[in-house]
Amino acid sequence: MTVAPAANFASRVRKSEADEQLHLRLIAAFTLLLVAAPFFVYPVFVMKFLCFALFALAFNLLLGFGGLLSFGHAAFFGSASYISAHAAKVWGLTPELAIIAGSATASVLGLIFGWLAIRRQGIYFAMITLALAQMIYFFALQARFTGGEDGIQAVPRGNLFGLIDIGSDFATYWLVLAIFLGGLVLIHRVIYSPFGQVLKAIRENEPRAISLGYNTDRYKLLVFVLSATISGVAGAAKAIVFQIASLTDVHWSMSGEVVLMTLVGGLGTVFGPIVGALVVVLMQSYLAHFGAWIVVIQGTIFVVVVMLFREGIVGVLARLARRTL
Amino acid sequence: MRKSGIAALAIVAIAFAGSAEAGDGKVKIGILHDASGPYSQNQGPGDVVSVKLALEDFGKQVLGKDIEVVFADHQNKTDVGTLVARKWYDVENVDAIIGLGNSAVALAVQQLTKEKNKIDIPVAASASSLTGKQCSTNGFHWVHDTYNVAASTARALTKSGNDTWFFVTVDYAFGHALEADAKKVVEQSGGKVVGRVQHPIFTPDLSSFLLQAKSSGAKVIGLANAGIDTVNSLKQAREFGIGRDGKQRLASLLFLITDVHGAGLEVAQGLTVTLPFYWDQNDETRAFAKRWSAEMKRQPTMYHAGTYSAVTHYLKAVKAANTDDTDAVIKKMRELPINDFMTKNGRIREDGHVMRDMYVFEVKKPSESKGEWDLLKQVAVISAQDAAVPVAESECPLLKK
Repeated sequence: MTVAPAANFASRVRKSEADEQLHLRLIAAFTLLLVAAPFFVYPVFVMKFLCFALFALAFNLLLGFGGLLSFGHAAFFGSASYISAHAAKVWGLTPELAIIAGSATASVLGLIFGWLAIRRQGIYFAMITLALAQMIYFFALQARFTGGEDGIQAVPRGNLFGLIDIGSDFATYWLVLAIFLGGLVLIHRVIYSPFGQVLKAIRENEPRAISLGYNTDRYKLLVFVLSATISGVAGAAKAIVFQIASLTDVHWSMSGEVVLMTLVGGLGTVFGPIVGALVVVLMQSYLAHFGAWIVVIQGTIFVVVVMLFREGIVGVLARLARRTL
Repeated sequence: MRKSGIAALAIVAIAFAGSAEAGDGKVKIGILHDASGPYSQNQGPGDVVSVKLALEDFGKQVLGKDIEVVFADHQNKTDVGTLVARKWYDVENVDAIIGLGNSAVALAVQQLTKEKNKIDIPVAASASSLTGKQCSTNGFHWVHDTYNVAASTARALTKSGNDTWFFVTVDYAFGHALEADAKKVVEQSGGKVVGRVQHPIFTPDLSSFLLQAKSSGAKVIGLANAGIDTVNSLKQAREFGIGRDGKQRLASLLFLITDVHGAGLEVAQGLTVTLPFYWDQNDETRAFAKRWSAEMKRQPTMYHAGTYSAVTHYLKAVKAANTDDTDAVIKKMRELPINDFMTKNGRIREDGHVMRDMYVFEVKKPSESKGEWDLLKQVAVISAQDAAVPVAESECPLLKK
């Protein structure tokens, strides 16, 4: 971040505005695609993809724009999934309230994790988040309400706002789509807000951001909580869609999977995590027939991405198109 | 299996998934199992061979059409498992799902199966809630549950004079359930539980727990844990000489033949375990094992045998009902006795539990073993009645009429 001459700065601002316009158009096109999707594609599959895409977007907000590598994001995803499942099943809350309860839990956890973890950087930051997330895993394994390795089963989908029955996959789809688009637009907005600009500055050079007078800890904590909350929304929605919350959601391999999605799609790009989530979910679902080969194929794809195009799929596309995507 | 791997990577693949296959009267069975993870030794490729043998014996056709079988790996992830199951039911017209070796996946699929009015047969899951609190009219728990094995081991040992017990229990719902089931039977059989200790899951160092068990003086140390924890318990017990002094013995409440094979006889010798099937029990089991191991180059586990048994019984019921309509097939499945190399006059109880005898084994000494897979000797048979959760204690609403 060298100090740019005024003209250069103005052209950068124009380019940034043009990018934002392009993104809005892409989001609109993507929305149309998603509205049409359930008529052609199995809706439960698309819902799973949307939940994981939102999770990856939230993760990318933290890593790609905040420069913070959390290895404990499964804790937010999973705890929200447990709480919303419990809320819908035992407390009998309507789905939107259950999702809010789950996300609120994730944001409180995010506040605690973030408050502890942002004091350290790099590998130490990752290890602290991993350690805290493992505590959540063991809590989920042992707590009574989580049902140990059986998970919380048979979560009712219930009636949205107590009125609209979302028992069918089709009805649930619109709810999930709305949640996903809300999340996508919010994240896009955050990235292009002054707050997002400061985040990028901190990512590039934290001491300089401090010298410019920014309280970087506060920015980092805020983005951490935001990322945790959106991850929570994704996890809570997943519990309602699949009607189950289980240890899969809080296991560390879930934290790894979201890293994989983000890297494959394109770290620090706006749309990369969506593409990455699509690739990973496609592999899990459509390679299920291949048995043991699935792990090998996943590993190979990961290696290929890291070796050949580190910017990820969308990163490469963006470079070819000379745009920010 | 109508998509190639290349298509899987293309978004186009999703479009294909949307097209439903029409036409009923065609039997399609889905085998959903762990084909790549920690339990794939007991499921995975071995299941494919079991299904192949079952179809060879039954004939490749039923209702005048070819029987179709599809396989999928649930990767021990509940979302992957339920997504595959949903798609099988909604889009691919699968009639029954068999396998389900992971209790969270099994419970989720059982719930879904009931909703869609299809049939699920958990073979390699052991959660007793499958026929307990979450029992289903459409689900049949085939091989064994935690109660079967824990209660059988407890009953056989207590009856034979090993009447004081100490439990080493893994500290989560699974371990607690194993211990509680065994404890109840020990006390009913006139034994006494003198103590217990809990350890966290995946504990590498179990010495303090084992030493407590040793100093308790109990005749039996019951290991209410599974997999790597049990193997670690055995290895460390051996280092402390526990179970070798003739006064104390070790019993595992849930142990698989592959665990014995993995740990080795040197470590596992003298351990008491319960299984519903062991390959070297009689001529019929040996005959199956011979055909199976010709392809797999090892011996089948109870889950592999169970997959054969479940597929066969389902197909017999379809044939008897002369339709693949769910309700008619379920009726026949419940009517017909289950008879195959591992099951003698088995029947399905109202809660979906398959009533079958359990066999209590002792792990051989290295000197007694004649081969790599010659691992166990049978010491007792527990009748189906004694091995299953008593009707009065069951939490299944289907039993309370």
